[in-house]
Amino acid sequence: MNAPDILEEPPVQLYEKRKSVFPQAVDGTFRRLKWAVMAVTLAIYYVTPWIRWDRGPYAPDQAVLVDLANRRFFMFGIEIWPQEFYYIVGLLVMAGVGLFLVTSAVGRAWCGYACPQTVWTDLFQHVERFIDGDRNAQIKLQRAPWGPRKIARRLVKWSVWLVIAFATGGAWIFYFADAPTLAQDFVTGDAAFIAYATVGILTATTFIFGGFLREQVCIYMCPWPRIQSAMLDEKSLIVTYKDWRGEPRARGMKKPRGPDELFGDCIDCMKCVSVCPTGVDIREGPQIGCITCALCIDACDKVMDQIGRPRGLIDYATLEGQELEREGKPAPSPLKMLLRPRTIFYFAIWAGIGLAMLFAVGTRSRIDISAVQERNPPYVQLADGTVRNDFTIKISNMQTRPRKMEVGLVGLEDGVFWQRGGSRQLAGRILTADVPADSVKALNVFVAGTSPEQGRQDFAFSVRALDSEGGADSVQVHFSGPEETR
Amino acid sequence: MAENKRIDEPTGTETVGHEWDGIEELDTPMPRWWLWTLYATIIWGIGYTVIYPAWPGITGYTKGVIGWSSEQEFRDEVAAATERRAPVLRALAATPIERLPEDSRLLQFAIVGGESAFKQYCVQCHGSGAAGAKGYPNLNDDEWLWGGDIKAIEFTLVHGIRNPDHDETRFSMMPAFGRDGIFSSQEIADVANYVRAISGQDTAGDSARRGSELYAQQCVACHGVDGKGDREQGAPNLTDAIWLYGGDTETIRETLYGSRYGVMPRFGERLDPVTIKMLAAYVHSLGGGERYVEVAADPEVEVDERP
Repeated sequence: MNAPDILEEPPVQLYEKRKSVFPQAVDGTFRRLKWAVMAVTLAIYYVTPWIRWDRGPYAPDQAVLVDLANRRFFMFGIEIWPQEFYYIVGLLVMAGVGLFLVTSAVGRAWCGYACPQTVWTDLFQHVERFIDGDRNAQIKLQRAPWGPRKIARRLVKWSVWLVIAFATGGAWIFYFADAPTLAQDFVTGDAAFIAYATVGILTATTFIFGGFLREQVCIYMCPWPRIQSAMLDEKSLIVTYKDWRGEPRARGMKKPRGPDELFGDCIDCMKCVSVCPTGVDIREGPQIGCITCALCIDACDKVMDQIGRPRGLIDYATLEGQELEREGKPAPSPLKMLLRPRTIFYFAIWAGIGLAMLFAVGTRSRIDISAVQERNPPYVQLADGTVRNDFTIKISNMQTRPRKMEVGLVGLEDGVFWQRGGSRQLAGRILTADVPADSVKALNVFVAGTSPEQGRQDFAFSVRALDSEGGADSVQVHFSGPEETR
Repeated sequence: MAENKRIDEPTGTETVGHEWDGIEELDTPMPRWWLWTLYATIIWGIGYTVIYPAWPGITGYTKGVIGWSSEQEFRDEVAAATERRAPVLRALAATPIERLPEDSRLLQFAIVGGESAFKQYCVQCHGSGAAGAKGYPNLNDDEWLWGGDIKAIEFTLVHGIRNPDHDETRFSMMPAFGRDGIFSSQEIADVANYVRAISGQDTAGDSARRGSELYAQQCVACHGVDGKGDREQGAPNLTDAIWLYGGDTETIRETLYGSRYGVMPRFGERLDPVTIKMLAAYVHSLGGGERYVEVAADPEVEVDERP
């Protein structure tokens, strides 16, 4: 045995068990901001599918509807067809760039206030506090052996969590179908299986993520913290412990300091740690676990008020500003930090995409025509010496009302066309079609040209609406004759 | 070697007992979850072979306790589809073929059904796009040997063309003018030149003028004085641009010398009347169909699956 026996210590544990976090209740400016953001985001999530929007008799009246079954996306006055999916892509790109903008300006504000994981975890923690009591009571209950009282409390807590989780999953499906109808069908058991499956899965994920995984989702599962960490720089506003002011820490309350006092402002009361929803110690500096919810600022400010020291030992600050303050110079104002090339650049990209999309939506055509030539056979020799080509034309009426449209031939001077089921005697260079609301109409047409020896000829089908609003489109196709196949 | 097994201190795991130049291998046990997943799949597999057909034997295979088979599932689906189509098929059976174009929905069903049947029974000669080939008519065009309205097409389908063992079949026979010694080869050339002239492919010369006299003697009975043919006898129009065998001088001479004798099987005894109606509707819809009935309602609306 030549294996060197270098390790004398006990086996290395590669797995660290989660340390439970019991955040303490706190009140203050940022806590109130969090309440407000929670109220707004939850209201948006739950109320949006129930807003009605009149689109006339031919389209759903739900303001925001992702109609997967019929492949339509409705958002207030805008209707998007599958081939216009680039608008959704544009929105996603805007969301991405917007996150870059927010992160470089105010750090992980998304994580701290608006992320669903944060909002629902916060909600679940409030429920927990309401049932089990605040931090100390929760720790005590956690350590207590299982007994009737603990079981009862746990069951009550989990039940409330489950109700919230169910409401969360339940609200999601209303974005994909008419909300009042689906709600009724869901209760009576008539809804589609996928609706129940979706609610089931989202109920489970909400319950588990919000109730049990919590900060582990942010630290281990979510890619955003990594990306956002890379986007922060020394000019980003982040929650910062001013160590130049706080260190060295004093233990407990102490007398007002004299000029030769050696202690800093931090009295090591651990308030900042106990209120933290992810259980980090902000005094160790910026770290992946910090979602910059700023609750430690609220907690610390209160303590600073009590011991008669100025607020802001923990504060939103930039690393660059801290370097200046450490040297006794004033830090630049936060507003000044917001307006810097990097944020302005992000904002310009973000606004540019937004304006381009608004322009595109405002000027887009709601009529579309496409044509496919029948390739089998590519042409038909007719008795009178002319040649016929067959086409399938598809006219899209993307308006939510039926429209009368006129299809015509452009080019192919001698050509006439007629619809399958019609007759060549009735052929002409235009034909009219009633296109139903919000749908595609297919027309099989026969086009006969009188000069077969010319071989391939380019021409186009055009379509225009015959009502006052108008609108037109055309599609280039070609006419095949015997010459090219010889 | 096995006696060299030992517990590795840092990890607390047993080694496999082998040693190569001081390198040993840990005998780390399977992760529990993995092992239990394996056991679960084994149990699942056993259950599956009990419930579903699985084990091959000498004369057959185990049928499984619930008696499922993919063949039966297929049959059930076909039966269900037939059941769904039954009302339309009954309506088709009850509608005379010439009344079919008046019901646009029924006609549309018939065209789609006919397209499917065409792919099975007709493509061998007429081609998948119904464009035909030399000797096999193109069904997309507007020339019909035996008539191009929907009823005539149905008749051709039912009775076939030149079926000697069937009385009602469409029948005619052009003489083989050369082989049977009716025309000399010079005369054949003259008639061919005349046909080229009346179809507008050549200007008439002396030969064609000689041919016109022969035509008047031998050909007018079927192809008519003006050469426009006769559908009663399946005699093609010689003045138009469509040629079943070819309109060049050589091919026309060949046709005159040895005649032509195109046949089509009769489907009246092979297919049910509804399928034949559907086939007639499909062929009629290909663009050359005659005597169209203008229908008010438009059957071709595709509503993109919106209910």
